[in-house]
Amino acid sequence: MPKMTADAPLSGAKASTRRLKLEWLLAPLMLALAILLWDALVRWQQYPPFILPAPALVARKFAAVVRDGSLWYHTQLTLLEIFAGMALGLSCALVMGYFLAKSRRLERLLSPYLVAAQAVPIIALAPLLVIWIRSPGLSKVLIVALTIFFAALINTIVGIRSVQPDLVSLMHSLQASRWQILTKLEIPAAMPVLLGGLKIGVTLAVIGAVVAEFVGADRGLGYLINLARGILDTPLLFVALATLIIIAVLLYAVVSLLEHKLLAWQRIQ
Amino acid sequence: MSPQDSFSTAAAVETQQPAAGPAAEAWLAAEQIERQYDAPSANDAPPTRALASTSLRVEAGEFVCIVGPSGCGKTTLLRILGGLLRPTRGQVIFKGKLLTGPQPEIGYVFQHANLMPWRTVLRNVALPLELQHRPAQEIQARAQAVLKLVGLQGFEHSYPRQLSGGMAQRAALARTLVHAPELLLLDEPFGALDAITRERMNLELLGIRAAYACTAIMVTHSISEAVFLADRVLVMSQRPGRIVAQIAVPLPSPRTLDLMGAPEFASLTREVRRVIDRQHV
Repeated sequence: MPKMTADAPLSGAKASTRRLKLEWLLAPLMLALAILLWDALVRWQQYPPFILPAPALVARKFAAVVRDGSLWYHTQLTLLEIFAGMALGLSCALVMGYFLAKSRRLERLLSPYLVAAQAVPIIALAPLLVIWIRSPGLSKVLIVALTIFFAALINTIVGIRSVQPDLVSLMHSLQASRWQILTKLEIPAAMPVLLGGLKIGVTLAVIGAVVAEFVGADRGLGYLINLARGILDTPLLFVALATLIIIAVLLYAVVSLLEHKLLAWQRIQ
Repeated sequence: MSPQDSFSTAAAVETQQPAAGPAAEAWLAAEQIERQYDAPSANDAPPTRALASTSLRVEAGEFVCIVGPSGCGKTTLLRILGGLLRPTRGQVIFKGKLLTGPQPEIGYVFQHANLMPWRTVLRNVALPLELQHRPAQEIQARAQAVLKLVGLQGFEHSYPRQLSGGMAQRAALARTLVHAPELLLLDEPFGALDAITRERMNLELLGIRAAYACTAIMVTHSISEAVFLADRVLVMSQRPGRIVAQIAVPLPSPRTLDLMGAPEFASLTREVRRVIDRQHV
């Protein structure tokens, strides 16, 4: 930080709020600009709607599917798959990552297989899972869980290993129990890395849900995309895509907010 | 027989090994403790000897400083005394009992302040009491009191990253003192501080120790710091370390910084330096 005069921090704070406001405006502005360009492109090239629908057409479609409830009908299921899949994938990754971080031997034993499993594209694995697992809901939850598992696992290992050994010694010298070391040292110390992983995880989960629905589904946003493509209803396809983007952005925003709350200590100068 | 009695003259006395009598009598006694670390690769490489056979005795109320060159095993010795590390051989008797692990009566101050960056100063200091499941009100009161003692009132709600090096070490000291340990183990706590802050911290440490009436063992590689603080200075050899000499410091207390200009002080530091230098030829 540059050297400041006595009253400078205050004006610095003001300037940073102003910058923050500008930053908040910048993202929607970019979006507006992109929509304008998109509209201009459609008008200029005179594309038929099934190749590239105009923004207004997509907006009208969006309003129509919101009104008749069909968008919510599909979104609901996709959201459910995302949340259940994340819960499953995260809890497995957290528990397994903790033990892998603690035991080099266990890590050496398992890591080749974990990397190998990650190397298999989930899109190739998804049809198998659908065949193997009878319950269509469960297979989709499992695909979402698998999509985020590896990123969450690696972040857990890195996070738990980032705990300073001297702080562990301190906890030992204070005769902390294993549970106290976990809750009062390891989890808070790993939190920055865990939340970073979660940010990647939420966007991956959305992709995972769509992949799962592509393979076999009769409901959900992935299914809606497939359906729209089949009947050449490109505006509907755009609506489904936009909904997925909104879900991803909202989930990311929730994690960012969580980060803002939990890691407030990192921003203090 | 307390060590001060045996070295009543101002002249420093040097022995090859400090007397290791029946340990049951001593408040804290280490008997021929040794520590070796296994080589990092599990080959035929011999294990590193960090600490050669070392014995020492400390009586309640003493302030003992251990000086020695870097990497001589000072920290290893202190960690064994704190129950944080097991000796490969030998044993430590604390208050008549075999030391097998960390004790609530023993407080350890680390080389670095070692504060949790996500906790405020107050909550860092409160940690030991929190781990003991003390009532919230008691935690608050005791943490506030000890923060006042180390001169950190007004910084309760600051985060460690907002503190200077000296303030961070004060907070670390407060965290150790908050559960009122009988034995304070200090691993070169002021090593990273500038000379002026370091002298002030030493002076305050003497005052704080007097207030808590605890026994202290401090590891340092500053000879003047050791002489200024200690009743007795133990000198360690190079790795593998062992205690090669002990020098009584019969300087009056309470001590002030003026003492550092006194001729007795100079002759004592010279004496310690002479013993250390002899190790390096």
